[in-house]
Amino acid sequence: MRPLRLLAVLALVLVLGGAAFLAYAWRSEIDPADPPAPASLDPALAARGSELAAIGNCNVCHTAPNGEPFAGGLGIPTPFGTIYSTNITPDPETGIGRWSEAAFIRSMREGVDREGRHLYPAFPYDHFTLVTDEDNRALYAFLMTRRAVAATPTANELSFPFNVRLLLAGWKALFFKEGAFRPDPGRPAEWNRGRYLAEGLSHCGACHTPRNRFGAEEATQHFSGAEVENWTAYAINAASPAPVPWDAESLAAYLRHGWHERHGVSRGPMAPVTANLGSVPEADARAIAAYVAEIMGQPNQERRARGEAALAATRRDIEAPLAARAGATGNGIGAAIYASACEGCHSGRRPPPFGGLNLHLSTAVNGPNPQNIINVVLFGLPAAKGEPSAMMPAYRSVLNEDQLVALLEHMRERFSDRPAWTDTRERVAATIRGERRITVYRMDGTTQAPPESSMRTTP
Amino acid sequence: MTVTLSVNGKTHRVEADPETPLLYVLRDDLQLNGAKYGCGIGQCGSCTVMVDGEAVLSCVTPLLLLEGRKVTTVEGLGTLENPGPMQRAFIEEQAAQCGYCIPGMMMRAQALLQADPAAGEAAVRAQLEPNLCRCGTHMRIVKAVMRAGELMRQNSRSGGAT
Amino acid sequence: MTGYDVKSPTRRGILAAGGSLVVSFSLLSRAYSQEGEVQPTAPPAQPKAKLPGSLSGDPFLDAWIRIDAKGEVTVFTGKAELGQGVKTALIQIAAEELELDPTAIHLVTADTTRTPDEGYTAGSQSIQNSGTAIRHAAAQVREILIAQAASRWQVAADQLRAENGMIMRADGQSLAYGDLVSDTNLHVEATPQSRLKPASSFKVMGQPMRRVDIPAKVTGAPVYVQDMRLPGMVHARVVRPPRPGATLGALDASAVETMPGVVAVVRNGSFLAVVAEREFQAIQAMRVLEGVAQWSGGVKLPKPDGFIQSLKSVPSQEGVVSEKGQTSGVAGAKTFQATFTRPYQIHGSIGPSCAVAQLDNGTTTVWSHTQGVYPDRAAISEMLGVKPEQVRVIHVEGSGCYGHNGADDAAADAALIAQAVPGRPVRLQWMREQEHMWEPYGPAMLTEVRAALDDAGRIVAWNYDLWSNTHSTRPGPAGSLIAAQSLPTPFQPPPAKLSISPSGNGDRNAVPLYAIPNLRVIWHFLPDMPLRVSALRGLGAYANVFAIESTMDELALMAGADPVEFRLRHMEDPRGRAVIEAAAKGFGWSSDELPEGRGRGFAFARYKNLAAYLALALDMEVERETGRSRITRVVAAIDSGEIVNPDGIRNQTEGGIIQAASWTLYEAVSFDEDGITSMDWSSYPIMRFGAVPESIDVRIMDRPGEPFLGTGEAAQGPTAAAIGNAIRSATGKRLYDLPFRAEKVKAAIGV
Repeated sequence: MRPLRLLAVLALVLVLGGAAFLAYAWRSEIDPADPPAPASLDPALAARGSELAAIGNCNVCHTAPNGEPFAGGLGIPTPFGTIYSTNITPDPETGIGRWSEAAFIRSMREGVDREGRHLYPAFPYDHFTLVTDEDNRALYAFLMTRRAVAATPTANELSFPFNVRLLLAGWKALFFKEGAFRPDPGRPAEWNRGRYLAEGLSHCGACHTPRNRFGAEEATQHFSGAEVENWTAYAINAASPAPVPWDAESLAAYLRHGWHERHGVSRGPMAPVTANLGSVPEADARAIAAYVAEIMGQPNQERRARGEAALAATRRDIEAPLAARAGATGNGIGAAIYASACEGCHSGRRPPPFGGLNLHLSTAVNGPNPQNIINVVLFGLPAAKGEPSAMMPAYRSVLNEDQLVALLEHMRERFSDRPAWTDTRERVAATIRGERRITVYRMDGTTQAPPESSMRTTP
Repeated sequence: MTVTLSVNGKTHRVEADPETPLLYVLRDDLQLNGAKYGCGIGQCGSCTVMVDGEAVLSCVTPLLLLEGRKVTTVEGLGTLENPGPMQRAFIEEQAAQCGYCIPGMMMRAQALLQADPAAGEAAVRAQLEPNLCRCGTHMRIVKAVMRAGELMRQNSRSGGAT
Repeated sequence: MTGYDVKSPTRRGILAAGGSLVVSFSLLSRAYSQEGEVQPTAPPAQPKAKLPGSLSGDPFLDAWIRIDAKGEVTVFTGKAELGQGVKTALIQIAAEELELDPTAIHLVTADTTRTPDEGYTAGSQSIQNSGTAIRHAAAQVREILIAQAASRWQVAADQLRAENGMIMRADGQSLAYGDLVSDTNLHVEATPQSRLKPASSFKVMGQPMRRVDIPAKVTGAPVYVQDMRLPGMVHARVVRPPRPGATLGALDASAVETMPGVVAVVRNGSFLAVVAEREFQAIQAMRVLEGVAQWSGGVKLPKPDGFIQSLKSVPSQEGVVSEKGQTSGVAGAKTFQATFTRPYQIHGSIGPSCAVAQLDNGTTTVWSHTQGVYPDRAAISEMLGVKPEQVRVIHVEGSGCYGHNGADDAAADAALIAQAVPGRPVRLQWMREQEHMWEPYGPAMLTEVRAALDDAGRIVAWNYDLWSNTHSTRPGPAGSLIAAQSLPTPFQPPPAKLSISPSGNGDRNAVPLYAIPNLRVIWHFLPDMPLRVSALRGLGAYANVFAIESTMDELALMAGADPVEFRLRHMEDPRGRAVIEAAAKGFGWSSDELPEGRGRGFAFARYKNLAAYLALALDMEVERETGRSRITRVVAAIDSGEIVNPDGIRNQTEGGIIQAASWTLYEAVSFDEDGITSMDWSSYPIMRFGAVPESIDVRIMDRPGEPFLGTGEAAQGPTAAAIGNAIRSATGKRLYDLPFRAEKVKAAIGV
């Protein structure tokens, strides 16, 4: 073929391809509707919607620190730039006040807003697509009865080509499987409910599944754990590093109350999750727990033995503190820091949520990296406001890099049978110097109070 | 174990169990009364002092971490005869009822004002969150800290102490 | 009752009083009694002249004021500085009447060897009782000095005046007080009347004089009992059982005894403590001792669910607090009925209790921040089995106590430990968890109101029933002390007794000050105390005013009236009206519509119906999504009678408002059957800076010449009610159960 003809064919292919892509990617605008009068919405439906919104943690992303509930403006850092959450109050100009129910359902199901623009998957519609129409109607009723707040969210900070929304259609073609949840008839109702919630509204995988370079969850590594905003979300499949294996019972208690005697307290980005789940029907928390526990699987003999050993070591620490101390591994500064600054609360004599977890039971100490411990030691666990909650002081003004590294190495050696971490110094240095920026959350996850709209606080 | 630390500008060699929290070193070894025992577990802030200019809970800070560090307590902000700006401000505003929490408040506020001399009321309230006052002196404490800021800014304009 | 004998009335006393002196002792006691004091059952043999304030208990002038030959003036008070500024106020009073600069006064506070016995520094009575006594004593001392100078100069007394520590003649000659004392006998009894200075001549009283104690507190001087360092002093910690009443089994303390610095492990029955040379050593030893101590038995606590409601069905004794007219069968156009509850709440002193004690030559000296050095001495000496004179209790400041906290018990603990290390001063410091778990709480209360309105919107009938324990188990007897209860032959806690008195106990402020023709107020006294309880700032007033003032708002709504106007409609006391009007005006009270999520609330009470009048108005924000609520602005008006130190009044009122706001929004002791579970600030949070109002404005009514009125507790009840009323205003829902935690508020708001 002659070059010119080749060029012409290429051009045709591109244009045809572009047109095809456009045809594929383009979504229509749904006509704006008048905001429904709150009185016209069924209160029972709105009540159900409030529970579903708690399960979906809508308030967590759609509320800025010190901002109005659901008015958006929270910056979500991604590898592609910062995306700011939208205003989902019923404000007609700056919120979703003019969205009809159909528009709302489409946004959840297809990841497309009322005007037809593709939404960034920072809004996890790859999970929310599972939500049934009925539940979406409840969510709609809930959101439309919130207080309308006039607040224009900050514009996204994305560079080309990531700021071209149309290209998201390509992302969706590769990574997004649209469609409402269909229960498996061969499985019990509770399992189906658990799967529906965990994979749907709760979007556990959004944090607990690692992502590929396009920012999509790696389907083959479902629930294998990931790092989000410099907090480690541990594996919640068979690779769970928890010393005492989780089961449906303990997981349900943890999700609901934000703490468990043998696992510790929910903190960091998990704090808002358990705060929210504390306000939904217990059956829903149990269902999620049962589903996840099944994915973790029954622990084998070796894991059970390790769990027993951890519990036994904890008991020894409590019952014979002097002997335990004398027999503790590790001399030197790490051990001394631990004994003087940590043991008073963490001996285990006083159990969670108000006492520190004995670290033999700590997932963090037994986990793949020390980042969560670094975060907690440096920035503490700020108390919830006005509610009994776990809390812990911050040590960032007193521990330098060497001292924190020594402490972490001692903890790993004394309280875990896993090999030493390899990235301790890098993480400590990066966190202390501010290169790894840490979001600190108040400990509302351990309270019985209705969830705060935002628990983020400055360290 | 002997640890050398600087407290209020003076070097001390302290002979104590290295695990001893700084609070007891200050009170019992150095006879400094400002830092107080309120809870011993980092929840109330009565023990707040400054270490290298940062506010620190001395009840959970073991001596062994403080080798070579500079500690400042309320006694280092001035004396009865010659009170410093933070102390003068608290006296002017009569910002105390039982007074037990006040030195901790002053040290935490001092750390803020040294880092941010123009700190506004919102920043002051946020900074003081770790410190409890049971008598309800909060309003006056905030006013006193704002006043201390003014006095310090005046002082620095005329080349004086903070 | 005191170290000073009560002599029969002197000739001078009789002449000065003139007329009849015989006033029933029981009347005196009722007027000046403080909670915890046992009511006398029979009048004494000798009739007594009616002396002002605490002079009635200590009539000799030199019990209160001494002047030496150098002219140095020492004033003695049986009251203690709790951080409420009483030292400063008493100095102002003495300085005023003695015509001295305040810096010339040396004030000695509560000490069983040196000062009058004024019982407890409690009940907001320090200025009323001690201040009044000192004022009169100072005035009388001044007049005695003038008379002495007149006699020396042979001139008429009315030609002379006192000024600046001297008696002055018109021609400028003067005699310093010091020069007069050698011929002057101050060991004379006070007279019932005094020549008090008029308010128009005040130089010091009524001025916002700076607190005498603050400079030392902000520069690190050793002010508190926690700061005491005596030669040879050792450090001690007690080990308490997991629950009250548990007994200590066999104990092998050898591991503890060999720990570095340990001087002794002290065991006396179930009382267990460790003593060490250094403080941190004592703490480490305590932790190990806790681990080896085996406890058994102990009191099982009630199940928390439904506990407060169950108060109505446990054994009770009925006491009629007040009865007027006919409350049953009164025809009212509209009726209102509600039940209000209040949980156990803690004092939560920011510095856990502490005491220093030393046994030396048969005398045990105890330095303590107890509110009552004399009663605590009596209890400690009873516990030790010695005569009261063998124990000396000296008040040294602690952190704010707000009532009967752990101070008295820490004093007893220290005294008991001191017996084991004779000669050495023992510093005993409670841990945070011990203070939270072992201090006596403000009792849980349940109250029921039934009120009826007539067609004109006036209250015609009022029935009020309250269920509560006693609000005072102060020592008193040794049996009130934890240490004494732990001994091998334990002292038993004395049974609590129902007592109806004007200033009230659990029934404090149970009778509304409003004009109500038919009224019946009953205290269903609950003798059984499953949790340890005693006096917490305000006593019953907190819960009773909360109920009354919440009801007033509901009745106002039923009457279609504005809440402030409705109160004025029923307030005949002009001073009550004045504070209500002042608070409303200062706040800008209106019935204008408020934006969504905002409310306003008003409340009024006269503390004890005898002490200070207080009204306040406040603005609140309530978050619909979360149930979180926050006070934004408060305006209060207070009438404390003659003002001694306006800044002191303001400080106490601001503090009372914030403390009561914290109680109201957050606070409840938590427990299960095994024991108390609220053991520190994480499990019992209080208000932090982020939740404090944006502004609190306290306006003080000017009442020269009026008697001093107790101020320190006046804000507690009205604050609770104003918050409840503001939440009602913001959400349309009334909350009846304290505290107003987010969960309750959200449940009231709904989705």
